[in-house]
Amino acid sequence: MSGFLNSTIARKFAMALSGLFLVLFLAQHFTINFTSVISKDLFNDISHFMGTNFVVQAFLQPILILGVIFHFVMGFILEAKNRSARNISYVKFNGSANSSWMSRNMIYSGLVVLAFLGLHFYDFWFPEMVHKYFESNPEDVARYYDELVVKFQSPVRTILYVISFVFLSLHLIHGFSSSFQSVGWSNKYAKGLRGFTVAYAIIIPLGFIFIALFHYINNL
Amino acid sequence: MKLTLKIWRQENATAKGKMVDYPIDGIEGDMSFLEMLDILNEQLVEKGEDTVEFDHDCREGICGSCSLQINGEPHGPDKLVATCQLHMRSFNDGDTIYIEPFRAKAFPVIKDLIVDRTAFDRIQQAWGYVSVNTSGNTVDANTIPVEKANADESFNAATCIGCGACVAACKNASAMLFTSAKVSQYALLPQGRIEATERVQAMVRQMDDEGFGNCSNTGACELECPKGISLDNIARMNREYLSASTKR
Repeated sequence: MSGFLNSTIARKFAMALSGLFLVLFLAQHFTINFTSVISKDLFNDISHFMGTNFVVQAFLQPILILGVIFHFVMGFILEAKNRSARNISYVKFNGSANSSWMSRNMIYSGLVVLAFLGLHFYDFWFPEMVHKYFESNPEDVARYYDELVVKFQSPVRTILYVISFVFLSLHLIHGFSSSFQSVGWSNKYAKGLRGFTVAYAIIIPLGFIFIALFHYINNL
Repeated sequence: MKLTLKIWRQENATAKGKMVDYPIDGIEGDMSFLEMLDILNEQLVEKGEDTVEFDHDCREGICGSCSLQINGEPHGPDKLVATCQLHMRSFNDGDTIYIEPFRAKAFPVIKDLIVDRTAFDRIQQAWGYVSVNTSGNTVDANTIPVEKANADESFNAATCIGCGACVAACKNASAMLFTSAKVSQYALLPQGRIEATERVQAMVRQMDDEGFGNCSNTGACELECPKGISLDNIARMNREYLSASTKR
C-alpha cells in the first residue's frame, strides 16, 4: 500500500470516495431497474445498451468492480486496525448512549451487503457473462426483462433481496453522511446535506424492495 | 444510598485484572463520585485491604486527570462533566455501578483504574505548539488581528483537557477528537498557519504510531466529551491533513 494510504485519515478518505462512487452507481442501477416496472420494452432497450456498449463494458464495468472490491477490502483493513486498538474489551460498554446502531455496526451491515452481492452476481452477472462471452448465442434484445422476472418467482430469493436492501439502507444511513465528514466537509450546508443523505439512504433501497415485490406479486 | 460497586482491580501493568464487587452504604446524593470512592477506600484501609487506585487532581473539571468508565460511559451518565463533577444524585438507591479504566491499547493500565495516557503527551509534543522566538523580541499576540469567529472556535478547541474520554467512548479507541482539537486551536489562528502543514502531518503520524483506531464518525466522542469539543474539529483536521498531503 502506498505511503499516503498508510495514514488513518487517508484510508478513511479513500473509503469515503469509493463509497460515494458506489452511492452514485446505486442511483443509476435503481433508475434502470425501475423502468422494468414501467415498460418491458424500455427496460430491454436500456439493458441491451448497457450490456453491449463498449465504453460501459470495457471501462465502466471494470471500474465499478474495482470500486466494490476496494471498498470491501479497505473496510476489512480499517476494521482490523480498529479491533486491535482496544485489545481488552469493556465488561460494560453502553454504546447506545452516545451513538447509533448503524454507525457502530457498519462492518456487519456491510457483510450482509457483500453476501447479497454474491447472490446477485450468481443470479445475474455470471449468467450474463456466460451468455455473452462463453456461449455463441444470437443477439436477443428482448431477453432481459424475462431473465429478470423469472428470478423473482422464488419467494425465498425475494425475501433475501428485501432483507439485503434493509441492511443496505442501514449501511447507507450512516455511511453516506459519514463520507462527507471523512473528506472534511463541515459548513452551513452540512445539516441539509445530512437530511438529503438519510432520505436517499431510505428511498433508494425502498425502491429496490418495491421492484422486487412488484415482480414477485406480478408472477403470482 | 446503598450501592453495589463492580470495580476493575489489577495489581500492576502486567497482572491479570478482574471485576471485584464492593457493597457500600451511607452514600449521599450530594457527594461527588470521587468522594464516594474516597469513602470506599477509607473502609478498605480499616479492613486492611488494598485501596482502589484512581487518577484525580483538581476535582473541578479542569485538569483532565480523572478517567473512569462508569456504567459503560466515560465520566458516567451525565453530559459535559468530568468524573470529578459527577454527583451521586445521578444514581438510585440499590444501583449496581460498573467502574472500569479507560480502555485502549494506547492507554495501558498501570494499576486498577489508572491508565497511562502519555500517548496524548507524545501527540502534543509532535507539533502541538507554535515555534516562537522568546528571546525578548516577541511581538504581542494581541497586535495580530484575528476574526472573532475563528478566535472563538480556536478557544473552544483549546478547552480540551486531554482526559481521553473521546478515546474511551469510541468503539475504535480513536484519538481523532483530541488530536483534531489540538490541530484546530492552531490552524484557526494566524500564528498557527505558518507551521500548519508540518503540524498536522506530525501529529497525525504520532497519533497513528500510538496505535489508536480509525474514526468511524459515530459521534460518541463529541457526546461524551466533558468540554463538548465539536466533531467539526475532526472535519477540519481531515481537510488540513488532505491539503497538507498535496503540498509535501
